Amino acid sequence: MIEATEAKLKQVEPRTHYLNANYGIKSWLLTIDHKRIALLYLASITVFFFLGGAFALMIRLELLTPKGDIMTPDAYNKMFTMHGIVMIFFFLIPAIPAVLGNFLLPLMLGAKDLAFPKINLLSWYVYNLGAIFTLYAIIAGGVDTGWTFYTPLSVNSTSQVTPMAVGIFINGFSSILTGLNFIVTIHTMRAPGLTWFRLPLFVWAHYATSLIQILGTPVLAVTIVLLGIERIFGVGIFNASLGGDPVLFQHLFWFYSHPAVYIMILPAMGVISELIAAFSRKKIFGYSFVAFSSLAIAVYGFLVWGHHMFVSSQSVFAGMVFSFLSYFVAIPSAVKVFNWTATLFKGSISWDTPMLYAFGFIGLFIIGGMTGLYLAALGLDVHVHDTYFVVAHFHYIMVGGAVMAYLGGMHYWWPKITGRMYPEGWAKLSALLVFIGFNLTFFPQFLLGYQGMPRRYHEYADHFQVLNVMSTAGASILGVGYVLPMIYFIWSMRYGPIAKANPWPGSGLEWQTSSPPPTENFEETPTVTWDAYEFTKDNSRRYDVVKQGS
Amino acid sequence: MFLFLLLENWIPFAPEQGSSVAETVDWLYVFLVSLTIFFGVAISLTIFYFAMRYRRRSDDEYPDSIEGSHKLEALWIGIPFAIVMVIFWWGASVYFTVFRQPTDPLDIYVVGKQWMWKFQHPDGQREINELHVPLGRRIKLTMGTEDVIHSLFVPAFRVKADVVPGKLTSIWWEPIKTGKYELYCAEYCGTKHSGMIGYVIVQEPAEYQAWLSGGAGGGSLASNGEKLFSQLACNSCHKTDQSGRGPALEGRFGKSEALQAGGTVTIDENYVRESIVNPRAKIVAGYDPVMPTFQGLVSEEQLLQLIAYIKSLGDKKPGELPGGTATPTTAQPSAAKPAPEQPKPSTPTPAVPNKK
Repeated sequence: MIEATEAKLKQVEPRTHYLNANYGIKSWLLTIDHKRIALLYLASITVFFFLGGAFALMIRLELLTPKGDIMTPDAYNKMFTMHGIVMIFFFLIPAIPAVLGNFLLPLMLGAKDLAFPKINLLSWYVYNLGAIFTLYAIIAGGVDTGWTFYTPLSVNSTSQVTPMAVGIFINGFSSILTGLNFIVTIHTMRAPGLTWFRLPLFVWAHYATSLIQILGTPVLAVTIVLLGIERIFGVGIFNASLGGDPVLFQHLFWFYSHPAVYIMILPAMGVISELIAAFSRKKIFGYSFVAFSSLAIAVYGFLVWGHHMFVSSQSVFAGMVFSFLSYFVAIPSAVKVFNWTATLFKGSISWDTPMLYAFGFIGLFIIGGMTGLYLAALGLDVHVHDTYFVVAHFHYIMVGGAVMAYLGGMHYWWPKITGRMYPEGWAKLSALLVFIGFNLTFFPQFLLGYQGMPRRYHEYADHFQVLNVMSTAGASILGVGYVLPMIYFIWSMRYGPIAKANPWPGSGLEWQTSSPPPTENFEETPTVTWDAYEFTKDNSRRYDVVKQGS
Repeated sequence: MFLFLLLENWIPFAPEQGSSVAETVDWLYVFLVSLTIFFGVAISLTIFYFAMRYRRRSDDEYPDSIEGSHKLEALWIGIPFAIVMVIFWWGASVYFTVFRQPTDPLDIYVVGKQWMWKFQHPDGQREINELHVPLGRRIKLTMGTEDVIHSLFVPAFRVKADVVPGKLTSIWWEPIKTGKYELYCAEYCGTKHSGMIGYVIVQEPAEYQAWLSGGAGGGSLASNGEKLFSQLACNSCHKTDQSGRGPALEGRFGKSEALQAGGTVTIDENYVRESIVNPRAKIVAGYDPVMPTFQGLVSEEQLLQLIAYIKSLGDKKPGELPGGTATPTTAQPSAAKPAPEQPKPSTPTPAVPNKK
């Protein structure tokens, strides 16, 4: 089958697509093609992913033994702080929207580009400008406040808090610009016939995410500015002895940072909806429920920040309200899981790599989501708050959820992005290693947390060691699972079998153009006459023969 | 090792149940673990079954689409909603048990500091990173911090509370067996955060008494507070006979007072603390905002001593002559003395305490 395609491709003239339309470094750095910008983001984000991963492995290595034997307390504190900052602000938040979203939104909408192509390029430069300040802060000695920057610790800290804060502040604008661009694009650039309820759920998820980005990120910016003012001028906003309130910082911080979790997980849910549909060849069960659950999560996300502060001296009644509201987020999340499961019923389910990642995602998301219920339960949270239970929970959501979906999505759309297939066997192995490594790393941390091991500990009591050793062992397997795709993706760009326009086949508009797509995405604007996820023999064949060549 | 962990407790991987609430918290945990296992296994098995049963047989297999079902959606919105409301209610009721103030507790005062815990017992004993408490009493900690946010956490007691600059927080527990329990700082507080650990030592009451009398006392907490009260010339305004420009403090603690600005306030630890460091924040009705701030003049530990003293006045009646009744406070003779010696100050400026 693949040989036949290759032979067919050899006969046609060399095709012009977005990758070979122009050459030279300038054609990349000045591009306003959303697909190239997505690849620029992919490069930047991959650098940060492996930087953050290196910090993580150092942390796990240190925690192999109860005593602090490979680094000083100060070095350790900087490790976990920078692991958090790099992973959250420079990898998890931008990963799916900036790489997959950027690449796919215009394609899925049947548009030539995003609404504001130059702003899109600007957002990549803004991201990198923020990255420069952050890397400077790391090289100049690092930051030891924890990624949460709680006051008064962050006000008093002599480490590189200021350049780091500047980096995050600038990076936030990149997030806002991307969100703005997506919203305008989704509103104005849908192809004829592509009504809101024909949109792929990936688009719905990005719409909800973009709302959070443009509404929430400014609050982070304000918080960081206040922190900067406090550090430089000491006016006492967060300083109790000057009449300020250190807990105010936590309110402001979590007002952004809790919704930020949904910036990470909503696009991931969008990816999973695509994967489940494509690899079971079924319309997503309860499409509109899944679509609206994304919006519901985005809205509820803004109402629950106080559940990070049950033991922070917040009033008992505020605790009650935040606990109550937190449970509302559980419902739309559960709706998604149930609908995905129901979609499989009587489907035609393939076990290709992206689907394995999707299965893995659901498994990890159930554990991550359900342990969220433990943390929202007031009396139980008092015990597990700020222990490894919390560490395990948010890694299940943010790494088990967002990263699994990111990798699943990368595999699914890789042929569209590069025009090449990846080696299936190695890819399946990577999915397996990531799943096993992940569980071995983070499941023991739930047990450690309930036993009472606090987070951010450089040294710990001897009786916590066995579980810590398991966790570190898991981290090394997970590390291998992450490095593998990096290697075979690069390999496949040169040696991978040529991909068809629609190899799986998928149902979205992105599969209606050649792989890789031409610079203008579609040779003629498609007209949509079918609903999302209509898989039939006919339209899949129709996709198969879309204008190769020319 | 695993087997040992499993056998040690009836709940695997749970720390010892050292307080009266520990079991309550554990039951909620067990409920949630069961729920997680049930849903986790049920959904995973369903997915696995579907993925096997409907595995793609041939490449041109295209199943019929199924739109969805409002009935099913209602079912899997309704059932989870009912379940999470049960969890919410259960979690909240456990929380009220953990946070409802105990009656007649043993009051111990705590100051967190990078990176140690400093404890003061009512009888004046002080200890660092070790806290001795008697079995059979409810122990209430009132906690302040000298620098950053800390969080006092005893896994065996299932209690934790942040210690926040600018206010006093509290937790309590009732130990149910003697022993030595690990005490951690759970809020990241800088370089030696993981070194800020200690032990709570729960002893039989007699043992505790022996331990108390063994330590160097140096006056009870309240009497130290009283000395400070006169050193700072607080007693020049807060006179027992109500002739001062400030309210007499006898009989006030724990009561509710009307405020100048409207509303009421309960005279508790935090109100007393605030009134010392920021006196004009909440003025009791009928008094002028003349009290100066003592911010920076008293340390966090001294604040706790002053509070302990004012709290000890809460049982007395205003105007009651010091030493006139038989209230057995060691502090009383010294309370009587300085009052006549103090000349009426012409300005409300506080006397700076003698710093040694």
